[in-house]
Amino acid sequence: MNGLQDVCSSSGSVMIGLPAEEDENAALSSEDSSRPDESVSETELDLALGLSIGLKGRRKVRSSLSSSSSSSMTRESGTKRSADSSYAAASNATRQVAVGWPPLRTYRINSLVNQAKSLATEGGLSSDIQKDTVKNSVVAAKNDDVCFIKSTRTSMLVKVTMDGVIIGRKVDLNALDSYAALEKTLEQMFFQIPSPVTKSNTQGCKTIKETRASVLLDGSSEYIITYQDKDGDWMLVGDVPWQMFLGSVKRLRIMKHSNETGVGM
Amino acid sequence: MGLRLPSKVLEHILSFIDSNEDRNSVSLVCKSWFETERKTRKRVFVGNCYAVSPAAVAKRFPEMRSLTLKGKPHFADYNLVPDGWGGYAWPWIEAMAAKCPSLEEIRLKRMVVTDECLEKIAASFKDFEVLVLTSCEGFSTDGIAAIAATCRNLRVLELRECIVEDLGGDWLSYFPETSTSLVSLDFSCLDSEVKISDLERLVSRSPNLKSLKLNPAVTLDGLVSLLRRAPQLTELGTGSFAFQLKPEAFSKLSEAFSNCKQLQSLSGLWDVLPEYLPALYSVCPGLTSLNLSYATVRMPDLVELLRRCSKLQKLWVMDLIEDKGLEAVASYCKELRELRVFPSAPDLDEANIPLTEQGLVVVSKGCRKLESVLYFCVQFTNAALLTIARKRPNLKCFRLCVIEPFAPDYKTNEPLDKGFKAIAEGCKDLRRLSVSGLLSDKAFKYIGKHAKKVRMLSIAFAGDSDLMLHHLLSGCESLKKLEIRDCPFGDTALLEHAAKLETMRSLWMSSCFVSFGACKILSKKMPRLNVEVIDEHPPETRPESSPVERIYIYRTVAGPRMDTPEFVWTIHKNPEIGVSHLAIK
Repeated sequence: MNGLQDVCSSSGSVMIGLPAEEDENAALSSEDSSRPDESVSETELDLALGLSIGLKGRRKVRSSLSSSSSSSMTRESGTKRSADSSYAAASNATRQVAVGWPPLRTYRINSLVNQAKSLATEGGLSSDIQKDTVKNSVVAAKNDDVCFIKSTRTSMLVKVTMDGVIIGRKVDLNALDSYAALEKTLEQMFFQIPSPVTKSNTQGCKTIKETRASVLLDGSSEYIITYQDKDGDWMLVGDVPWQMFLGSVKRLRIMKHSNETGVGM
Repeated sequence: MGLRLPSKVLEHILSFIDSNEDRNSVSLVCKSWFETERKTRKRVFVGNCYAVSPAAVAKRFPEMRSLTLKGKPHFADYNLVPDGWGGYAWPWIEAMAAKCPSLEEIRLKRMVVTDECLEKIAASFKDFEVLVLTSCEGFSTDGIAAIAATCRNLRVLELRECIVEDLGGDWLSYFPETSTSLVSLDFSCLDSEVKISDLERLVSRSPNLKSLKLNPAVTLDGLVSLLRRAPQLTELGTGSFAFQLKPEAFSKLSEAFSNCKQLQSLSGLWDVLPEYLPALYSVCPGLTSLNLSYATVRMPDLVELLRRCSKLQKLWVMDLIEDKGLEAVASYCKELRELRVFPSAPDLDEANIPLTEQGLVVVSKGCRKLESVLYFCVQFTNAALLTIARKRPNLKCFRLCVIEPFAPDYKTNEPLDKGFKAIAEGCKDLRRLSVSGLLSDKAFKYIGKHAKKVRMLSIAFAGDSDLMLHHLLSGCESLKKLEIRDCPFGDTALLEHAAKLETMRSLWMSSCFVSFGACKILSKKMPRLNVEVIDEHPPETRPESSPVERIYIYRTVAGPRMDTPEFVWTIHKNPEIGVSHLAIK
């Protein structure tokens, strides 16, 4: 088996490592897939867009298009994308200056996030997070002498794609504690315009990237967040309790409202 | 043709030459020297896996025993290189399996390694002994199991900060009962718990085991039991300390450590509480390397530990050490060669740790052998940099990260130009430099002029204009790797100094103002460079003058690569075509 050929998106396009002639079909199919006709320009992002989650009722989202061709083809590659989301979300940073700044490796940032989390939940074993931690640990079950306060170090990285954006991302759901944090993280990832940071727009190091105001729960924004669950169905994010969501989510997709069909309305 | 050394004699002479730089020079002398050299080179190093084809390397060095490869650009460590960019190990493994079956060692950094790769390694190289994967991804614990199960002479298995799909701790049980050759095992980046009894047995039957780095899932009890079985360890990475121990267990831990009389390097120490530190006191006097950068211990507990480490050469720590703690280091750790201080709270809002530039100044004054520095600090001063340069002209690696972009000297409000000038001028052996803070073009004039031996230079949020880049590319004689982010210029200087780029391994520029048009011109001018544009949008859909998001330029004899993803375009040498059709999928 050609080791370069890793996970293929369901649109069938293979991104890497094949001879040119096979690529022709791949190129066609990837262009046919969910990329919208107009390229996403900065003006589109300038519109007051937000992400809406948690619409009423549990609905399956049947998309008329195949799942968006994701550029993140290899299974666990580039999971470092999660780093800025993890530390940004965990530290409620409105002052996140730029992607990858300060220059710390993912591994280290995740460690810091986990340490911050464990300090926050140190209060008791009664919280949900601690219960999950205890479940994950064989030690606590076996050894009565040890009071287990280990922080969850496992990261739960899921792919996130957005319609019209070819560079997919990954987000560490274990570094987030709520839908609000997820929404904020995704906004920072996808709705900030990457522009060179210059002295003139720094303003003493306040937020440099423009952020769209998030529009929660009112369904007026153009984008919705969906996820693919264990059964392969696409569901609307926000309908189930957070922990339950963590248990079934496999990947995320930010869809344009117009793409979504069959959402029991 | 004059006197000619018989090739046997030459071979014998070459057997004393290890350095690849020297061997490269040897191979340029004449054809017969080239031939003799290539047939005798055992350790092959390829700094950019796309600079040359695997087949060419395999063909040239048939007696290869050790292969070291690097893949992604360094800034991939900080999320600046999107998922799927490349750096695949497979073509290399495949080529080596076919041509160099005697390969014994593979070391990969920042590459995508799949389970298939690992299985292929296990199946193809009968004498395989060493696998070191640093910052790699794409594989699961199944692949590790294949290596463990099949490589009968495995000596070294190290997974350093890799992203691994963790399917459980079973992989460890795949080491056969007959395997006794292990010298080094590092699985610190894995999450799942391994069966402690399997690990105990493995350690017990590995008398040559010198280095063991556990993952956080290994408990303190487990650690004690392992230390008892391997008192000969010289390097130890502990598991997590996040357990509340009863007093008897603490004394067992203490005793286990005190029996490790050869321990020189200590790391791990996740979540270590101050109460546990005394258990380490017995090993401190022998330690040469201590990594506390995951330990949230504060002052003064840190000092109690550090003042016992008189032989310490390498210290990694968080800013929780504060200036006070660094004073202690300066007093007690006179052998210190390398210091790294990481932030404990990367978010600027929370930065209120009393660690300032004085901490680094005091270590520079007190530790005469200091040659490598990585220091994160909120702000800095020119005066501090001048003192550091004056006191430590022997610095080889100086990486300062002033966390606040564009932060000037906070006492004088000037740029840090003078300070970095002093560093470049004073530290004549400087090989690696990272600059930060407010810097004008002038700073780079000094760096270009004086930093003659700098091979790797990292720049962020700096400079005023193309002059900055012009200074660097027209100076810095030894420059091999240049990485720049968020400096809003590029075209003019790049085109003017295109030839320089061929003397370098690579250039990375992201969030700068390098236009697509300039990329095309550059690519046409320099046939032996791959000019890669990494951008959300196809470059042709935007005006020629609009900046591309990221460019990665590297010299290569392998031509444009065939494995680019959707968002990477190798600029075609023919500017009418614009981007290589090979790269568009």
